[in-house]
Amino acid sequence: MLLMTGENSIRLTVSRSVVDQMVAHAKRDHPDEACGVVAGPEGSDTPERFVPMVNAARSMTFYEFDSLDLLRLYREMNRRGEEPVILYHSHTATEAYPSQTDIAYANEPHAHYVLISTRECGSADGPVELRSFRIMDGEVTEEDVEIT
Amino acid sequence: MSVTVEIPTVLRGLTDGQRAVSASGENLAAVISDVDAKHNGFADRLLDSGQLRRFINIYVNDEDVRFLQGLDTPLADGDVVTVLPAVAGG
Repeated sequence: MLLMTGENSIRLTVSRSVVDQMVAHAKRDHPDEACGVVAGPEGSDTPERFVPMVNAARSMTFYEFDSLDLLRLYREMNRRGEEPVILYHSHTATEAYPSQTDIAYANEPHAHYVLISTRECGSADGPVELRSFRIMDGEVTEEDVEIT
Repeated sequence: MSVTVEIPTVLRGLTDGQRAVSASGENLAAVISDVDAKHNGFADRLLDSGQLRRFINIYVNDEDVRFLQGLDTPLADGDVVTVLPAVAGG
């Protein structure tokens, strides 16, 4: 695992194709929150495999992976030598910044938490806000997003 | 009587980085106590006032224990207990 230190050294590097898929999922599920994972080889910090998940809460203000879907996902990632590089979800009425609930339940200190806000565009064409964060021990750190 | 307990990344600090540990006990509550005896703090991350925490998922042989008998779910030799924090937020 590459541990990144220093104030400006944390960033998410992600392909345009993965970004487009996350945004399309967020728009498709609006006004409910959308959620999912982008898996990548363990230790690579490279988000490669887009895995949209069902929001079992089907809510405009909350998301939760279905527990059996979650187990299947982790088994599959283990088998493939992957880890969740990105955990993404949408906010449909507020900005793309982690809520208190997001911070309280964040359990992957090495993951990039990507937030997408569809409050401006809804399901339609138009700009979305996409930002990335690390959440560790209750502390949120925003990072640059480099789209390749 | 031995079961395997699979440990999620976020709790591996309690198990010296081990991804899985062996434990014994007749049911889930007893197995959690057994793991806690060797890896202090484990039970506290899973339980609140003796109940399973809402945002911790525990599976026995790939079944969510909420659909079995919760902490009373009986365990047999060779069973696999998997702990995964819920992926959730607002």
